[in-house]
Amino acid sequence: MTRKQKRLSVIAAGLAFLGVATGLTFYALGQKASYFYMPADLATASLQPGQRIRLGGLVEKGTVERSQGATVAFSVTDNQKDVKVTYTGILPDLFREGQGVITEGSFGPDGIFVADSVLAKHDETYMPKEVADGLKAKGVWQESKSD
Amino acid sequence: MVETGHFALVLAFALALVQTVVPLFGARTGNHKMMAVGAPAALTGFALTALSFVALATAYAGSDFSVESVWENSHSLQPLIYKITGTWGNHEGSMLLWVLILTFFGALVAVFGGNLPATLRANVLAVQGAIGATFLLFILTTSNPFVRLNPAPIEGRDLNPILQDLGLAIHPPLLYLGYVGFSICFSFSVAALIEGRIDASWARWVRPWTLVAWMFLTGGIAMGSYWAYYELGWGGFWFWDPVENASFMPWLAGTALLHSAIVMEKRSALKIWTLLLAILTFSLSLLGTFLVRSGVLTSVHAFATDPTRGVFILCILTLFIGGSLALFALRASRLTAGGLFHPISREGALVLNNLFLTTATATVLVGTLYPLVVEALSADKISVGAPFFNLTFGPLMVPLLVVVPFGPLLAWKRGDIFAVAQRLMAAFAAALLAVLVTALFIDGASVLAALGVGLAFWLICGAFTDLAVKSGFGTVAPATVLRRFAGLPRSVFGTALAHLGLGLTTLGIVGTLCFGTEKILSMHAGDTVELSGHTLRFEGLYPAQGPNYSEDRGRFALLGADGSIAGEITSAKRSYPVRQMTTTESGISTIGFSQLYLSLGDEASDGSVVVRLWWKPLVTLIWGGGLVMMAGAAMSLLDRRLRVGAPSSRKPAGAVPSASPP
Repeated sequence: MTRKQKRLSVIAAGLAFLGVATGLTFYALGQKASYFYMPADLATASLQPGQRIRLGGLVEKGTVERSQGATVAFSVTDNQKDVKVTYTGILPDLFREGQGVITEGSFGPDGIFVADSVLAKHDETYMPKEVADGLKAKGVWQESKSD
Repeated sequence: MVETGHFALVLAFALALVQTVVPLFGARTGNHKMMAVGAPAALTGFALTALSFVALATAYAGSDFSVESVWENSHSLQPLIYKITGTWGNHEGSMLLWVLILTFFGALVAVFGGNLPATLRANVLAVQGAIGATFLLFILTTSNPFVRLNPAPIEGRDLNPILQDLGLAIHPPLLYLGYVGFSICFSFSVAALIEGRIDASWARWVRPWTLVAWMFLTGGIAMGSYWAYYELGWGGFWFWDPVENASFMPWLAGTALLHSAIVMEKRSALKIWTLLLAILTFSLSLLGTFLVRSGVLTSVHAFATDPTRGVFILCILTLFIGGSLALFALRASRLTAGGLFHPISREGALVLNNLFLTTATATVLVGTLYPLVVEALSADKISVGAPFFNLTFGPLMVPLLVVVPFGPLLAWKRGDIFAVAQRLMAAFAAALLAVLVTALFIDGASVLAALGVGLAFWLICGAFTDLAVKSGFGTVAPATVLRRFAGLPRSVFGTALAHLGLGLTTLGIVGTLCFGTEKILSMHAGDTVELSGHTLRFEGLYPAQGPNYSEDRGRFALLGADGSIAGEITSAKRSYPVRQMTTTESGISTIGFSQLYLSLGDEASDGSVVVRLWWKPLVTLIWGGGLVMMAGAAMSLLDRRLRVGAPSSRKPAGAVPSASPP
C-alpha cells in the first residue's frame, strides 16, 4: 500500500469506530437515560408502563412505615402532590422525614412507585440539587431549610 | 504562620507570572539569560507554595479556628490524622494541594531538565508557569483558604464524617499526582507547538512523565473506588458517577497516550497524534477539575457551590483547552510526519488500542456531559447512569481486551499475525478451559459470565506468554531461557505486569458482578443467616464511644462448619453530633480474594435490625489488579533507557538477545 492508502485505511477504520460508537451512544441515550420528575410533574408526563424515572421531592412527614422485613414505604411530596413509594433495602444514612430525597425506579401496576435506589445528599444540607431547583421553581422553597 | 502562608501564596502567584513571561520571551529572542530564569523561578515557586501549604496544614493540625476554612472543616476532638488530612478535605485546601503538585512537577522539570535543549526547557517551564499562575489567581480571588474570622469561634464545625477516614490521606494526593502530572505532557506539547518542531529529546521526555502520571492516577482511582466501596455501605465499587468519570476520562486518554508515546519513541511515528493526545489528556484533567470543583454536579466531592468559582474555572478551561487546540491547528502542519508501517504490526496494534481507548473516552464524555447539556438547553433533568455506560463502554472495551495479548508479540513495522496466534495457543487453551470449567462446574453461571472469566484468563495467560516468548521458552535450553528472562528490558516486564493487572481487574469485576450474591433481611440478636456457604450469627448491638462520635456496633459471628466461631464482623451506625450526621461503617471479612460485606440498617421498634449482606467473589482483585498495573508502570520507569541523567545511553543492539525487536 502507498502512504496515502494507508492513511486512508486508518482514517476509514477510525470513522467506522466513531460510527459504531455514535450509534451505540444514541441508542443508549434514548433507552437508558432516566428523566427526573417531581410528583406534580407526573400528571403531564407521558410515561410508558415500567419506564425508569427518577422521582424527587421531600419525604413527607409521618408517612415512613417499616413493615415486616426490610421493605419501607413512604410518600414523596413537593407540597402540591405526593406519591407513595416502596423500597426494599437499607435507606441511606441521610434519609429522614421532611428532607430531600431522590428515588429511582418505576411505577408498578397499582400506581405505587417501586424504587430500587434511594439517594440522599452526602452532606449536612440534605437537599439534592435537583430537588432544591424543583422546589424553587414551584415556589415552595424555604431558604432556611439548610443547616 | 497563617499570614506567612497567605503572603507566600501571593508571592508564588507573582513569581509564576515571571516564570511565564520571561523564559517565553527569552526563547523567542534567543536570550539565554532570560531563558535561564525559568528553572530558579519554578523551584522558588514550589518552595513558596509548599510553605503556604505547610502553613495551612499547621493551622489545621493546631485547630486554629480563627481561620474560616479550619473552622468550617475541623473540630478539636478529631483525631490528629483527620485534622491534618482535613487540610485538603475541603474546596480551598484541595485546590491548594492541586497547585502544590503542579508546582512540584514544574520543579521536577527544573531539576531534571538540565539536558533538554534550552528553548524547549524554557517554553515548558513557561507553560507550566502559566497554568500555575491562573490557578493561583483562582485560589487567591475565589477560594482563599487563609481568610480569618474575627472574633475567632471557640469550636469548629467538624469535617464531613464521610471524609474522616484514612482514604482521605491517600486518595486525593494520589489522584492529583496523576491528574496534574499530565500537565507536564501538556506543557511539553504546547512548548513543541510554540517552537514548531518535535525533536528526539521531546519524544524521550514525554513517555516517562506520562508513565509517572498514569501510575499515580491508576492508584488514585483504585483507592477512590475501594474507599467508596467500604465507606458508602452500598457494596458497589464503581457507580459511573460523573465525578468518577471525571477521573476515569483522563485515565483512558492517558492510557492511549502511554501507548502512542511508545510508537513515537521507538519508531518516531504518530508524532502529531501523540501531541494531540497529550493536550487532550490534560484538558480532560482540567474538565474533571471543573466538573468536581464548580458545583455543577451533585456529589460528595462538591464541597461548596459558589457560582463565581464555576465561571472562573470555566474561563481557565476555555483559555487552556481553546488556546492549545488553536495553537495545534495553526502549527501541527509544520511538524513532520513519521515513519511508515504495515497495518499488521506493533504500531498497527497500538493504533488500534488508541482507536478503542479514545472512542471509549468519547462515550464516557458524552454520558457525563449530556445531562448538563440537556438541562442547559431545556428544563428537563435527566440522569445517565450505569445502564448507559454498560451499553456503550462495555462493547468498546471487550474487543480491546481480546486483542491486548496480540500487541506486545507483534513485531515492529511488519508483523506476522499467524505466528503470533500460534504462540498464543497455550493462552487460548487456558482461557477455553476456564470458560468450560466455569460453565460446567459453577452453579448458576451464565454463558456471558463464563466468557468473562475466559477473557480474564486470556489476558492473564497472554501476559505470561509475552514474557515466555521473549525469553525464548521452548526454543532454547532452559538455562538460556533463565538468562534471557533476567536480561529482558524492564519495560517488557512493565508491559506484562500492566496487562496482567488488567486481567486481574477484569477477573475481579466478572467475579463480583456475575457470581456475587446478596440478602436483605431483618434480624434479631441470635438469628443466623446463610449466604453462599457462609453462616453468620447476629450477636447484638453494642453502644460504643469514639473521640468525636458515638456508635452502635452490630456484632456478627462468622460460624465454621461445626458451629464454632471462626471470625467476627462488626458493622456500625455512627452518629457525629457536631454535624448531626449518621454514617454506616460497613463490616468486611476477607476470605481468600473474596469478601463478605455487611451493612447495618435502622433498628426497628421491636429491636430487630435490617441487615444487608453481600458475598463478593474475587472482589479484591479489582483493586489488586490496579496495584499490579502501578507496579508495571514503576517497572517501566526503572528501564535503563529512561533512567534520569542518561536518556541517550541506549544499550548496544546485541546486549539484549533478540528478545525485544529493536
